[in-house]
Amino acid sequence: MTLTLDAPRIVETRPLLEVKAVSKSYGPVQAVRNVSAHAYPGEVLGIVGESGSGKSTLLRMMNLEEIPETGSYTLDLPDVSGNLFELDRFARRMLCATKIGIVYQNPHLGLLMKHSSSGNVAERLLVAGERSFATLRQAATEALDASEFPLDRLDAPPIELSGGMQQRVQLAKAIALEPALLLLDEPTTGLDVSVQALVLDTLKRLQQDRQITMVIVSHDLGVIRTLADRVMVMRRGEVVETGLADQIFQDPQHPYTQQLVHAKL
Amino acid sequence: MTQVLEIDRLTKGFSLHHLEKDIAAFEDISFSVAAGEFVLLKGANGAGKSTLLRTLYRSYLPLSGEIRFHSSHGMIDLARAADVDVAHLRRTEIGFVTQFLTARPRVSAEAIVAEPLRLAGWEHEAALKTARKALETFGVKPDLWAAYPTTFSGGEQQKVNLARALILPQKLLMLDEPTASLDANARRALVARLQELKDQGTAMIGVFHHPDDVIHLIDRVVDLTPDAAPQEDRDDVAL
Ligand SMILES: Nc1ncnc2c1ncn2[C@@H]1O[C@H](COP(=O)(O)OP(=O)(O)OP(=O)(O)O)[C@@H](O)[C@H]1O
Ligand SMILES: Nc1ncnc2c1ncn2[C@@H]1O[C@H](COP(=O)(O)OP(=O)(O)OP(=O)(O)O)[C@@H](O)[C@H]1O
Ligand SMILES: [Mg+2]
Ligand SMILES: [Mg+2]
Repeated sequence: MTLTLDAPRIVETRPLLEVKAVSKSYGPVQAVRNVSAHAYPGEVLGIVGESGSGKSTLLRMMNLEEIPETGSYTLDLPDVSGNLFELDRFARRMLCATKIGIVYQNPHLGLLMKHSSSGNVAERLLVAGERSFATLRQAATEALDASEFPLDRLDAPPIELSGGMQQRVQLAKAIALEPALLLLDEPTTGLDVSVQALVLDTLKRLQQDRQITMVIVSHDLGVIRTLADRVMVMRRGEVVETGLADQIFQDPQHPYTQQLVHAKL
Repeated sequence: MTQVLEIDRLTKGFSLHHLEKDIAAFEDISFSVAAGEFVLLKGANGAGKSTLLRTLYRSYLPLSGEIRFHSSHGMIDLARAADVDVAHLRRTEIGFVTQFLTARPRVSAEAIVAEPLRLAGWEHEAALKTARKALETFGVKPDLWAAYPTTFSGGEQQKVNLARALILPQKLLMLDEPTASLDANARRALVARLQELKDQGTAMIGVFHHPDDVIHLIDRVVDLTPDAAPQEDRDDVAL
């Protein structure tokens, strides 16, 4: 059939993120089965696949919210070493707060809906140890501005904001500490099409300006096509195919990927 | 002659699983391209010209054969190179000019054209200056330079696309019918730029609907029609 690809020879940097052979079951349901994934510094990895295929579970593992039964996770960053799944609770929490940002499809998962928007962002900085009110306010404002949140709504609680604005608050919170890794789970799903385009545009901009490494899960292949350098296709807890984004969309190999891509064309 | 690319018994086909059907595109193609050489691909509609270019660029995965590319990091087989290596070479040494611009919302024409220079480490102002010159060369009106190409006409978008794709000299350049939807002036500018790149040593493989446009650039013709003579010298061939 197709050729097996060689290991990298030109690019000598190590992947920033490397997940190896992770598996996770919930009772009788095996959500993730022996999955490995990696992302190079500055790369955007897209994950697509059918509902229930384990994408969110995998992303939660990358955010250290979920610990798999087997497998390892490393981040190639200064002061970070070893299998991160073996860290204790406190160390995991610190690592997440300082190195990893996450945006969920459901803003209720990522935000305190009744606190002010700037407070939501500042909370992230508090966890990381910042105590000066002026610095907190300043940093939160900058992150919200970079996420293209209207600054006259800084004090509004997310519950009073539109879906697109709530996603910008989540995004600001995620990037406030300039994380090395940004995880996005369906960040534009459920938004109006026009708002979707704006949020997508903001993400693209952040990626280009900051060269941030991202992992993005989406059912919207347009979103993946716009953002991802490489794409991983999941089905029933397993990876069926990975490749350069243009190759996955133009010359999909696996029957499931062909069905997925052709259905959306 | 310094070889840039050696294509060796390259075969590509598609397995369409839902139709339980295999489509052959081309089989056992072999030819080489040297620095500064321009190879014209010809063949009827569906002969596999676009498929060959996309396979060399690795948008398509070959079934078998080798694509030996002499990169600045040494020889690498693009048929088997890791995705991340291919992505790196696309940013630095291998270009592909298609018929369409992927315009992005809220990115100006000059920024789109300057982007490859910025990625190559150019300073912001110098990159913009060079980008504007390229836009001018292709005949994009100055009042459009700072505007967003999402609203440009097809021809204007194609000029932006060409200015961007050709701004940095690359080792290997692939062109798939880049003259479609261009006016005569832009076609002339394109040919002039290709001549410049050729003189600087870029190896080129191109498909042109009207090869007359590029006739004096062509060194060799490769015919993808099955059973055609494998390679022909431009002097012996009626285009
Ligand atoms: N906390 C949990 N408790 C029990 N089962 C769970 C839990 N989280 C996930 N699952 C199950 O694991 C499987 C994978 O779920 P996951 O949310 O990772 O899928 P997904 O690929 O993100 O799907 P979707 O595209 O619908 O969001 C599903 O069968 C789901 O029901
Ligand atoms: N992504 C694809 N999936 C399936 N089949 C494909 C794909 N791309 C090309 N083909 C098939 O490969 C064959 C060669 O097509 P290709 O587009 O390369 O021809 P071409 O020589 O460029 O033709 P034209 O002169 O019309 O542009 C055709 O049968 C086409 O249907
Ligand atoms: Mg999910
Ligand atoms: Mg074609």
